Amino acid sequence: MSGEEFVPLSLTPLLIGTFAAIACALPGNFLVLRKQALIGDAISHVVLPGIVVAFLLTGAISTWPMMLGAAGAAIVAVILIEAIRRLGQIEPGAAMGVVFTTMFAGGVLLLEQTDTSTVHLDVEHALYGNLESLIWLDAVGWSSLLDLEALAGLPPELPRIALTLLGVCLFTVLFWRPLKISTFDEGFARTIGIRTGALGMALVITAAIAAVAAFDAVGSIIVIAMFICPPAAARMMTNRLEAQIGWSVLFATLSAVSGYVLAGYGPLWLGGADAVSAAGMIATMSGLILALSAVFGPCRTRAGAPISS
Amino acid sequence: MTLELASVQGVQVEDTGIDTSPLAIRGLTVSYGQKPAVFSVDMTAQPGAMTAIIGPNGAGKSTLLKAALGIVKPLSGQVTVFGAPLEQQRARIAYVPQRSSVDWDFPTRVLDVVLMGLSRELGLLGRIRARHTARAMDCLHRVGMRDFADRQIGQLSGGQQQRVFLARALAQDADLYLLDEPFAGVDAATEKAIIAVLKSLKEAGKTVITVHHDLATVTDYFDHVFLINTRKVAEGPVAQAFTAETLQSAYGGRLATAQIDQISRALG
Amino acid sequence: MLWDALTLQLGYNATLVAVGATLLGVSAGVTGTFLFLRKRALVSDAISHATLPGVCLAFMALVALGGDGRNLIGLLAGSAVSAWVGLLCMNWLTRHTRLAEDAAIGAVLSVFFGLGIVLLTMIQTMGVGRQAGLEGFLLGSTAGMLWADALIIAGGGAATLLLVLILRRPMLQVAFDPEYAAARGLPVNRIDLAMMGLVMAVTVVGLKIVGLILIVALLIIPPVTARFWSDRSDHVVLLAGLAGGAAGYLGAALSASAPNLPTGPIIVLVSFGFFALSMLLAPARGVMAAVLRHLRFQRRVHIRQGLLALAQGQKIYEPLTLRLLRRADIVRADGVATEAGKARAAKALRDEKRWEIVRADQAHEATAALYDGLRDIETVLTRDQIAEIDRRIGGPQGVSA
Repeated sequence: MSGEEFVPLSLTPLLIGTFAAIACALPGNFLVLRKQALIGDAISHVVLPGIVVAFLLTGAISTWPMMLGAAGAAIVAVILIEAIRRLGQIEPGAAMGVVFTTMFAGGVLLLEQTDTSTVHLDVEHALYGNLESLIWLDAVGWSSLLDLEALAGLPPELPRIALTLLGVCLFTVLFWRPLKISTFDEGFARTIGIRTGALGMALVITAAIAAVAAFDAVGSIIVIAMFICPPAAARMMTNRLEAQIGWSVLFATLSAVSGYVLAGYGPLWLGGADAVSAAGMIATMSGLILALSAVFGPCRTRAGAPISS
Repeated sequence: MTLELASVQGVQVEDTGIDTSPLAIRGLTVSYGQKPAVFSVDMTAQPGAMTAIIGPNGAGKSTLLKAALGIVKPLSGQVTVFGAPLEQQRARIAYVPQRSSVDWDFPTRVLDVVLMGLSRELGLLGRIRARHTARAMDCLHRVGMRDFADRQIGQLSGGQQQRVFLARALAQDADLYLLDEPFAGVDAATEKAIIAVLKSLKEAGKTVITVHHDLATVTDYFDHVFLINTRKVAEGPVAQAFTAETLQSAYGGRLATAQIDQISRALG
Repeated sequence: MLWDALTLQLGYNATLVAVGATLLGVSAGVTGTFLFLRKRALVSDAISHATLPGVCLAFMALVALGGDGRNLIGLLAGSAVSAWVGLLCMNWLTRHTRLAEDAAIGAVLSVFFGLGIVLLTMIQTMGVGRQAGLEGFLLGSTAGMLWADALIIAGGGAATLLLVLILRRPMLQVAFDPEYAAARGLPVNRIDLAMMGLVMAVTVVGLKIVGLILIVALLIIPPVTARFWSDRSDHVVLLAGLAGGAAGYLGAALSASAPNLPTGPIIVLVSFGFFALSMLLAPARGVMAAVLRHLRFQRRVHIRQGLLALAQGQKIYEPLTLRLLRRADIVRADGVATEAGKARAAKALRDEKRWEIVRADQAHEATAALYDGLRDIETVLTRDQIAEIDRRIGGPQGVSA
């Protein structure tokens, strides 16, 4: 495909999809190792009510209030889950189930109650995103990458997700050591003065921010695939955390690119006429990669000797 | 009806001076739910000694250790380490948790675990240099695990995992070592290796406090004991505090009389 | 308007929905309880999301065969098959790889949902006019519910309840202690699968009313609600059914009483309302009760510790202890013990001594196990037993309750 076609129509969705996948996969590695993978599930479900509330408060679809609303909803959800878990003495899975379904239901209800017909905010879009629409109409070819005027017309989602990815990377690098130690051995981490509670919360907030930024592109449910599948697949490939992170980034990129391409051109190759959902395809591809690594990965089985030897 | 007790006095609120014991615990109560696991316990660790915390199952041994380290939150009580609050003395404490407390399937190598012991001096972003690795390797050498440095931790036996935890504590280069049942479920070779390391720590003037299970080895391994059964039962040098009476009082009906006889015979 | 809805006087469709939602609530609550007691509540999330590709594939197959793509039985059958496949994938991942169950749940949930979305967009471009109903499966859509649909929901719900009734004992045993159940010869794996199968059945039945994202709420919230009110598993099952049914009925009625109140979300929110009330107010396990109990407990611990310290002439460090002692008139404002305080301190010390004897005596083993540092010894031993212990302690005999 020529640059005239690729750059305006495919470059930005591809980049956004890839950045989103990586931004979610990085914290996802720790969530999976901490057996908190479903926190990702909970977060992604409450993004919707967060955005709706932000919309109701500001009356406009603008980026920052919605990001804040969603991040706020994620924090509220995590606090509620902890409160219900501790105060009600309920296992974490059930506590999560109570909280995120309720908040999601609240979001849907609010959405139905509000007149959002004039704005681009509907349940289906929120559920499975609209990656294909994030095109760069001002571009005419590769040369546009150097054209300031054209660059100004980039979809705002791209700088937003790029910034988010940068933030997530910074967090991961900066807190690498405490994150690793407290994920492996929380008790020990506390004895050397790591504030494990605060760090755990920071991880969840980072994941929430990644989820919010990815939300536009892939919707709230498929974000879960980004959180879980690449790290889970990477887990089957190596026994070192550093290498696992590398694999997860590779798998995230691979899912995003192959998913986008297959969604756009797969139906054409099969003789169909129209593209299918890119976000759905990205999730499907990440599942496929997970399946392959679960069957063939060199480190797919548990290495740990049973604890009571 | 009341009873006059000469010992009942008013409460004095003034301080008696700073206790500089390696680990001083005052009036510590920890409870899970409505049942105290540790009730109103005082403890003063002897500097440069090896102390065993012993008591029956569920007597609060591990809980006492965890509360001393700030891992569990006490209902009441105070902990000081070398005369200062715990938070200021983190660098001087090393902790060896129970082996079952972590996920051994975690993607990391033996050497990485030992390097975790250096994280305070490495800080957030400090690079791991050759001298750090050399120190970690030396700690592994001291526990006889040098050849396993590159293994994934899940591939080790229970005893080897315990030794890796000990090596991590050695890397911390602390003054006070707290160990939670280091001998539970390990092989004889590991037990020997661990006790040799602990004795060398003691010779270097460090304080070692160990939750211990096996009454038969107390006299061989330790010089002080702390007997607990929710409340403190006895505390002191083995010869004085580890007696048939204190054991009876700590273990109650749970320790067969025959066992106590055996131990008291062993004690002479 | 609400009253009309509650008394089923809002017309044919509203009545159908209310009856269907009630039945669904009961069967979801009852079935979900087993899942909750097995500590696998969120497995339902994977199951429900995994229905989507099945719904889509069934629709495509129905259309390809020249039938009506919206045939509810066909769609439900398709959703059941794909949910079952998702369940098997999840089980395989947890058993044959190093992934923990939470990661397996998340992976299956999101990948199946993603595949479902892909299929959904394919259907949208197939140019079949009547596909609009499929989106309804995401969040439920009761607007066009037919008598036949209601019958299917009622029949499915009733069949699920019957199966639960038959399987309840083995399922409870497995939920309580899977290893023991296995040792007793129960086929734990098959019972687990049966449990999941029932959850799947409820999910499939509920797709029409609450949709696949919110059905999870009906499976989780009522059991958690019921747990606050009872410690007996059979009561929890019944109460969960009751809570689920009530939420279904009330939610459906509320949603029929005004426009723009979608049935599924309203049912979930009503259900959550029950949960929140239970969590706050339930007598034994509720938060208010627990907070009061904890405060009382903490006070007792501090006072007891203070009394013992007084009796032994030790210094009291804790400010809270001192404050409580002052308030209880055990010490005066200047920190000196009052007469009554001295007596209580002496009594506490003597009780402690008595307990020591009890705990060291094999004959009192059962009593000794009750020791928690706080319990008054009179509550566990008879007067004669205490007298006997006091003889062994020796010294003054004067202390009494």
